[in-house]
Amino acid sequence: MKVNLTIDNIAVSVDEGSTILEAAKQVSIHIPTLCYHEDLCVAGNCRVCVVEQTGTNRLLPSCAMPVSEGMDIHTNSLKVRAARKQVVELLISEHNAECTRCYKNGKCELQELSSEYILGDNGFIDLIPFKKYTIDNFSPSIIKDDSKCIRCQRCVRTCTELQSISALTVAHKGKEMKISSFYDKPMYEVVCTNCGQCVNRCPTGALTEKIYIDQVWEAICAEDKHVVVQTAPAVRVALGEALGMEPGEIITGKLVSALRRLGFSAVLDTDFTADLTIIEEGNELLQRLTKVLKDGDTSVKLPMTTSCSPGWVKFIEHTFPEYLDNVSTAKSPQQMFGALAKTFYAEKLKIEPENIVSVSIMPCTAKKFEADRPEMQSSGYKDVDFVLTTRELALMIKQAGIDFLSLPDDEYDSIMGQSTGAGVIFGATGGVMEAALRTAYEVVTGREVPFKNLEVTPVRGMEEVKEATIKLENVLPKWDFLEGVELKTCVTHGLTNAKKVMEAVKSGEANYHFIEVMACPGGCLGGGGQPIPTNLQIRQKRTEAIYQEDRLKAIRKSHENPEVQKIYEEFLKEPLGAMSHELLHTHYTVRNRQ
Amino acid sequence: MEKKHLKRLDLIFKNEHDTEEILAKVLAKKNEEIINDLIISGLKGRGGAGYPTGLKWKLTAEEESDEKYVICNADEGEPGTFKDREILSAVPHKVLTGMAVCARVTGAKQGFIYLRGEYKFLVPELEKAIAAFHNLLATLNLDFSVSVFIGSGAYICGEESALFESMEGKRGEPRNKPPFPTQKGYKAKPTVINNVETLAHTYSIFKYGPEKFHDLGVKDSHGSKVFSVSGDTPIPGIYELEFGMTLQKFVDDFADGDAKAVQVGGASGFCVPRKRFEKTVIGYQGTLTGPSLPTGGSMMIFNSSRSMYNVLHNYLDFFVEESCGQCTPCRVGTQQLLLGIQAVKKGEKPSLYLDKLLSLAETMRVTAKCGLGQSVANSFSSIVENFREEMIY
Amino acid sequence: MNDLRNLVSTLVDKHGRDEESLLPILQGIENSESYVSQEAMVEIAKELNISAAQVYGTATFYSFLSIQPLGKYVIRVCKTITCSMHGKNQVISELENMLKIKLGETTSDKRFSLLETNCLGQCHKGPAMLINDEPYTDLTPEKVREIIRDIQQKEFAVN
Ligand SMILES: Cc1cc2nc3c(=O)[nH]c(=O)nc-3n(C[C@H](O)[C@H](O)[C@H](O)COP(=O)(O)O)c2cc1C
Ligand code: SF4
Ligand code: SF4
Ligand code: SF4
Ligand code: SF4
Ligand code: FES
Ligand code: FES
Repeated sequence: MKVNLTIDNIAVSVDEGSTILEAAKQVSIHIPTLCYHEDLCVAGNCRVCVVEQTGTNRLLPSCAMPVSEGMDIHTNSLKVRAARKQVVELLISEHNAECTRCYKNGKCELQELSSEYILGDNGFIDLIPFKKYTIDNFSPSIIKDDSKCIRCQRCVRTCTELQSISALTVAHKGKEMKISSFYDKPMYEVVCTNCGQCVNRCPTGALTEKIYIDQVWEAICAEDKHVVVQTAPAVRVALGEALGMEPGEIITGKLVSALRRLGFSAVLDTDFTADLTIIEEGNELLQRLTKVLKDGDTSVKLPMTTSCSPGWVKFIEHTFPEYLDNVSTAKSPQQMFGALAKTFYAEKLKIEPENIVSVSIMPCTAKKFEADRPEMQSSGYKDVDFVLTTRELALMIKQAGIDFLSLPDDEYDSIMGQSTGAGVIFGATGGVMEAALRTAYEVVTGREVPFKNLEVTPVRGMEEVKEATIKLENVLPKWDFLEGVELKTCVTHGLTNAKKVMEAVKSGEANYHFIEVMACPGGCLGGGGQPIPTNLQIRQKRTEAIYQEDRLKAIRKSHENPEVQKIYEEFLKEPLGAMSHELLHTHYTVRNRQ
Repeated sequence: MEKKHLKRLDLIFKNEHDTEEILAKVLAKKNEEIINDLIISGLKGRGGAGYPTGLKWKLTAEEESDEKYVICNADEGEPGTFKDREILSAVPHKVLTGMAVCARVTGAKQGFIYLRGEYKFLVPELEKAIAAFHNLLATLNLDFSVSVFIGSGAYICGEESALFESMEGKRGEPRNKPPFPTQKGYKAKPTVINNVETLAHTYSIFKYGPEKFHDLGVKDSHGSKVFSVSGDTPIPGIYELEFGMTLQKFVDDFADGDAKAVQVGGASGFCVPRKRFEKTVIGYQGTLTGPSLPTGGSMMIFNSSRSMYNVLHNYLDFFVEESCGQCTPCRVGTQQLLLGIQAVKKGEKPSLYLDKLLSLAETMRVTAKCGLGQSVANSFSSIVENFREEMIY
Repeated sequence: MNDLRNLVSTLVDKHGRDEESLLPILQGIENSESYVSQEAMVEIAKELNISAAQVYGTATFYSFLSIQPLGKYVIRVCKTITCSMHGKNQVISELENMLKIKLGETTSDKRFSLLETNCLGQCHKGPAMLINDEPYTDLTPEKVREIIRDIQQKEFAVN
């Protein structure tokens, strides 16, 4: 049913149940918002989105108020402007507004709003001296600065609705009310997975990633250091957004160019180790299937889950520790890369590993934590020294004065720079599963996976939980025990959905062989380190770009990557072999639930 | 030496031990008749907002749902209000009867009394009354039970949607409206929530008929009202009076002869200075600034020895603490008002700063998410406007 | 720790495993332990399958739930306007003198905590205070002395 109303004297007709904010958007009227976020339920607490309804004294929160027939709304009346200005003044009075020192300077929603409502110096009393604000910068991934918080609760809703973790909560009331972890402990001591989804949605500088830009500059400028950089699949479809481009543009060539100009000694690709992950993880799956289905070994666990999302790994360590044996022992592509950079790569180039600084560009804040795990030193050194988010890289590019948009395309360096379409799609939800199936199916049957153009469509897209069952027929003799077996797979993204899947596994309701979990909505392309803003539409654009990149690749199956084949010949010898075990596999830690 | 210009009524607290009879009588009626009686009676909510009770029950009855709830709001936290405590201890059966009839009318099976933590000492007696009432319901074949839910010290939980959140184990943060409680209340199910006194009044309506009730009071404000009288009065206490009295008559009866102001409706109500006593009528009709004031029943009298600055300071202290803190205008606004009057008093801000604060209070009225933040302006503006010198010197 | 676990599981059995039981469970802990400790919150979170932070968020909202240990007798004196007008400050001074603690503190023997609170709904009989759940009204310094002395004597008799 349609509802008719006027907004700023413009007639508009919208579906029943729409909000005034949505209706205004239809007629090109922008109403400012702070607590509202498309990915989250409506909170209605910041009150900057208020509008006037003729005949009503009180203003209405447009984000929360459904339209009704005959409404006469004014979004820019004197009363509205005066009220909004005072609301912004109030927020600023409680806020440590030191924009010139702030990471969010120029990218901050509060700052933007205050620039629209020139506040002048006739403001309210500065409340900062009355507050005991703290900054938590103990986590390797996330900094929480309470003095920049406007209490919009976007982070709390993100952590609860999208991630089901509720590491963040609202604590106390009245003037003491604040965003807090359990007992206000440092974020690294609590159930936070470092996924950064809250960071991605925080309108201010209250939640940011921990920045390692200066350390990376230092390494680049150090004479004796060989600084290698790897780039995750999802970065190449999103970086452009932070540098003035539209969502969904593929900028791989420019990305490589820019990194080279920044002064990295070698520009390499995480996609290469993504392909390697597929070989190791695919073989692990086949090995588990063999042990369970053929040898009847009950100590081996199925379903096997993926392990490349560090947010997911930390989540399962906290929440389902009894399932740690189900997690693939294969390291994430980032960490495989790190381990090889200071061993295989160092040997090849005859560089002392201690002189290699290994940097990664990731769509993810949890990757910073992952690189810091004590077990991630299998090269004898810290395998990955510094992890930068897509956003930090964008800032470095600006700092270096690089005009990104006009950069020529460039190619990755070789050894550990070559990749396939299967590696690229790691960046989207379902990508790991699709890549694994492209390889595993072929290993078992000798034939290509039975989908047109190798596109395993059932595992693609934004559906919460995707399932695909693939029947194995006419298998090669080695795999005869798999003949006729229906391989049951499940793909999910966002930890709320992951929790649902794990609960179904726990209750015995779900019966999968292989589960792919990405902690972030949409997969890595929706990661916590990606450009801000994010919403479903943007994530879909990035997804399309990723699949486009896959389609354009000459080689689209991980096991056909020549560099991968070569590294097994020359260095690793065989999948799941001794060398792989030492460098490419890991173990997990049971964590508490506070 | 009590002066008695105002007629004291004795409906609510009169106890005639006829619950069974009244219940049987009203339950014999059709639901529509009961609702109609309530509408004719003109009964409006006594919790402060003054919503017509019959209409509230009707809307909830019309909702389709497998579960519905009846909740008695006994969170009574408004400073200067204490009548609900007395009603619950003196005549709990009247409140329970109102809840049971409401349950029959709306189709609810479960009821709760949300009792503020400060009144926990009432629980043993209340549980006894509930047990006796459950026995009575069993004989009448009405499938309805009541339990007591105890609060834990948070004024905002008296706000209906915050109260639901609290009962659901969460922080008492008010929700957006719509949806209203009649549509989505406790556990997102249609819920009638009524004040203790409102429910007790339904008993009188069932007993004496809607017309008798309607005949009491004035214009839009029918029936009697229980007032909590405190402050500078020789006879503080609980009084049942008719709606429609002027404040002057009230002061003549209750004050110590030196009243300079009466705060009507608690900290979130209005302060009326002496010069307006004659013109101010207690009841629901009229606008906020008009000559008549609605009230949850709190009447605090201040004589000329009192500093209205201290009074306002005390109210603001209360709001700064009791705001749930979720919305900007209320969380920050209350702090600014408090620090603002302190700064003016100390001379750190010019007296003109009071005007900025008045405009802030107005902004809070029109932008705050719930009644708490919206009504801070009531006391703030009425005190600052009427006693401006006391704020400065 | 085991006692605490038992207490939580008794309360959970009594009130149920839904989030709706959180407030009654927290109140139960407060009653037996005088406060809600970190360990208790983690235990409750596990039982109700919610996050420990959520328990913390709810617990810190309510002024009658404490995250610091309190004394056996928690005295809450009303500080709202009518009690304030009628001698709340004298009541508090008297309590401070008798108990030798300041507002907000707990006696070293963990017997008494002295706090302020907002309107108790006893304004016509102010000044008023609660000692645990029990209201005391029409307070004067003399009356306060009597009340505290009674409790102290009772406590003395027990020991
Ligand atoms: C801040 C605030 C506190 C409130 N406290 C109470 C209360 O203690 N008791 C009450 O009955 N209503 C209180 N209300 C009003 C309730 O939200 C609700 O309107 C009332 O319980 C409905 O009952 P009635 O229609 O019988 O008045 C409060 C409202 C606000 C905004
Ligand atoms: S969070 Fe925004 S408003 Fe605050 S200091 Fe940073 S840039 Fe400025
Ligand atoms: S990083 Fe992820 S898990 Fe941690 S608080 Fe933010 S949303 Fe929650
Ligand atoms: S930390 Fe950021 S997202 Fe969370 S409430 Fe504060 S400003 Fe909002
Ligand atoms: S007005 Fe105050 S009490 Fe109401 S929602 Fe806003 S902050 Fe909470
Ligand atoms: S955006 Fe509507 S209230 Fe915050
Ligand atoms: S003011 Fe003290 S009990 Fe109400």
